[in-house]
Amino acid sequence: MSETILRAEELSAGYGRKVVVNGLTLEAQRGRILTLIGPNGAGKSTVLKTICRQLEPIGGKVFIDGRDISSLSGNELARSVSVLLTGRIKTEYMSCIDVVEMGRYPYTGRLGLLSAEDHELVKQAMELVGITELAERDFDRISDGQRQRVLLAGAICRRPDVLILDEPTTFLDVRAKLELMDLLKRLASRQNIAVILSLHELELAQRVSDTILCIKDSAADRIGTPEEIFSDGYIGELYGVSEGSFCEAYGSPELSRLTDAPEIFIIGGGGSGISLYRRLRRKGISFAAGIIHENDIEYPAAKALAAELVTEAPFEAVSAEKLAKASEIMRKCGRAVCTVKKFGTMNVGCRQLAEEAEALGILEKEENI
Amino acid sequence: MKTQRVRLIAGYIVLLLLLVILAAVNICAGSADISVSRLRSALAEPESDKVAYNIITQLRLPRTAAAAILGGALAVSGFLLQNFFANPIAGPYILGISSGAKLTVALLMVLSLSQGFAVSSLGMIGAAFVGAMMSMGIVLMISGRVKRMSVLIVCGVMIGYICSSVTELVVNFSDDSNIVNLHNWSMGSFSGIVKGEALTAAAVVFPACIAAFLLSKPMNAYQLGESYAVNSGVRIKAFRALLILLSSILSACVTAFAGPVSFVGVAVPHITKSVFGTAKPVRILPACFLGGAVFCLLCDLITRTLFAPTELSISTVTAVFGAPVVVYMLLHRERGRANV
Repeated sequence: MSETILRAEELSAGYGRKVVVNGLTLEAQRGRILTLIGPNGAGKSTVLKTICRQLEPIGGKVFIDGRDISSLSGNELARSVSVLLTGRIKTEYMSCIDVVEMGRYPYTGRLGLLSAEDHELVKQAMELVGITELAERDFDRISDGQRQRVLLAGAICRRPDVLILDEPTTFLDVRAKLELMDLLKRLASRQNIAVILSLHELELAQRVSDTILCIKDSAADRIGTPEEIFSDGYIGELYGVSEGSFCEAYGSPELSRLTDAPEIFIIGGGGSGISLYRRLRRKGISFAAGIIHENDIEYPAAKALAAELVTEAPFEAVSAEKLAKASEIMRKCGRAVCTVKKFGTMNVGCRQLAEEAEALGILEKEENI
Repeated sequence: MKTQRVRLIAGYIVLLLLLVILAAVNICAGSADISVSRLRSALAEPESDKVAYNIITQLRLPRTAAAAILGGALAVSGFLLQNFFANPIAGPYILGISSGAKLTVALLMVLSLSQGFAVSSLGMIGAAFVGAMMSMGIVLMISGRVKRMSVLIVCGVMIGYICSSVTELVVNFSDDSNIVNLHNWSMGSFSGIVKGEALTAAAVVFPACIAAFLLSKPMNAYQLGESYAVNSGVRIKAFRALLILLSSILSACVTAFAGPVSFVGVAVPHITKSVFGTAKPVRILPACFLGGAVFCLLCDLITRTLFAPTELSISTVTAVFGAPVVVYMLLHRERGRANV
């Protein structure tokens, strides 16, 4: 069992007298990643700011290593907790190594001069984060991803117990996001740091977190492993989006379904139809789809987007009953597209459906839609 | 790292050399030219060359020392303000702080002339400090509401104009022969500073600069943003208050003795930072002081010698050098923003 390093008890946080989050209890363990998710304005940042004492708690207490943080000096707290905040920092004439060296702040003397040990820790942190070659570059003239890494190196060369990151992926592109997540994972386990972060990207939260804390309507709504959180349509509920438009398996959202009578029937399967579904949804054309196995990779997208959907149980060949149902819907639509290129024993029914459409003269090519 | 160190050492050597050379030239040059050999002999044996000795010790040395000390104070004051507002264009003159100090000093002077009481140097500094803090209070109030630096600077310039016109008004209404001096002072000048005043200035400026130097660690963290500093363990309220206090004391001291001196506070720190290639306070703050001293010595030399025996006001000369630097910085910043 990992050691709990930070604990918040019955924490109420907010600005002035305005309470944003109420009665929150959370625990962060060494070597693990705790992610806060929840709708905009739910109070994720407020919680993070409160547990690093940027905001005074309105009620409740925060303990680090068993000590109440309100009793710690600024320096003691800084040694224990490193924070990375959102928002761009504008610097002038500051090289990246200067920024990293600032991380040793709570350990340096009156004038902030670094000892040999400090220099060594700075070097190690820069190697770990992979920014050694940026050392002499101007901090103001590197990419956002690099900047985030430089700040991260600064945060970890402090050798904190807890690392807090408020939406660290905000300005990053996909690659930088993935690299950052990898890095956090590595940091947590190698340096035995408790990482607490807030994220908007659910797919990242799902992949990187050991524990997820969901904040909704100014309270902790649910806490658990990613598997527990991404199930039973909970995410849709958390963000107030309609059921089915959020894919729990992939952590990705779809636009909401169109409910008008379908105009086109799509014979899909095996993932071949996903891009067409999304294209039709973008164009605002309502469609039906079939016959999709419930364990097919395109099932979540089809389920979220199709106005009508004919499905078949996993690993079962398409039954005559389902074929008849699909055929009926297809005839009603009056237009059909077959995105499937290869048929096998499981989807013989789909081939028959495509042949039927051909015979009716309603089969169109995917490119022409 | 290496290049940075070489740059630092070279930079400091050059600044120190310039300081010594300019100080010597300032002492020697003037309406009564004193050669270096005469300077040396006069200082060694005062009795042998009484005239030179008196000119040097009574007039030129105090003035040179004052120009160096007050110039350094202005540059440091500007540097502190730039860190406080996280903007390289902030400075005591541009933000109207010097003008606020000028106003209160002028009021005190006029009052003392009309009532016939004498005001000590420290009294003048006190009055200047009150004025500086008043302007600073207004600037802080504005900066609490608008985050845009350009707005703040425009407001600062306006505060400057208001204070200057009130000062002019006060000066015009008081009819005294001494008003000529007052008028000279209100334009900014190092002339007429006596030994006692120079010593008082040193006694205020040096401790304030040392205190500012001791703030270089939190200042460095603050350069990465207020929240960053808080997370590093800086006691932010005390730190900010100290920055304001020290920069006000420094610029008030300058104004009390030399009147408002323009643009030194912006131009010198900027040039120093770009020449040294760093903004780390612990490395750059003493260089700012030296740079300010060198800059003011040079400008003061020009005011005295360019149209001798007529003297120019110091701000006339500093503006010629300083204002283009500020314009350049504004343009550079805008361009930098467009590129991002």
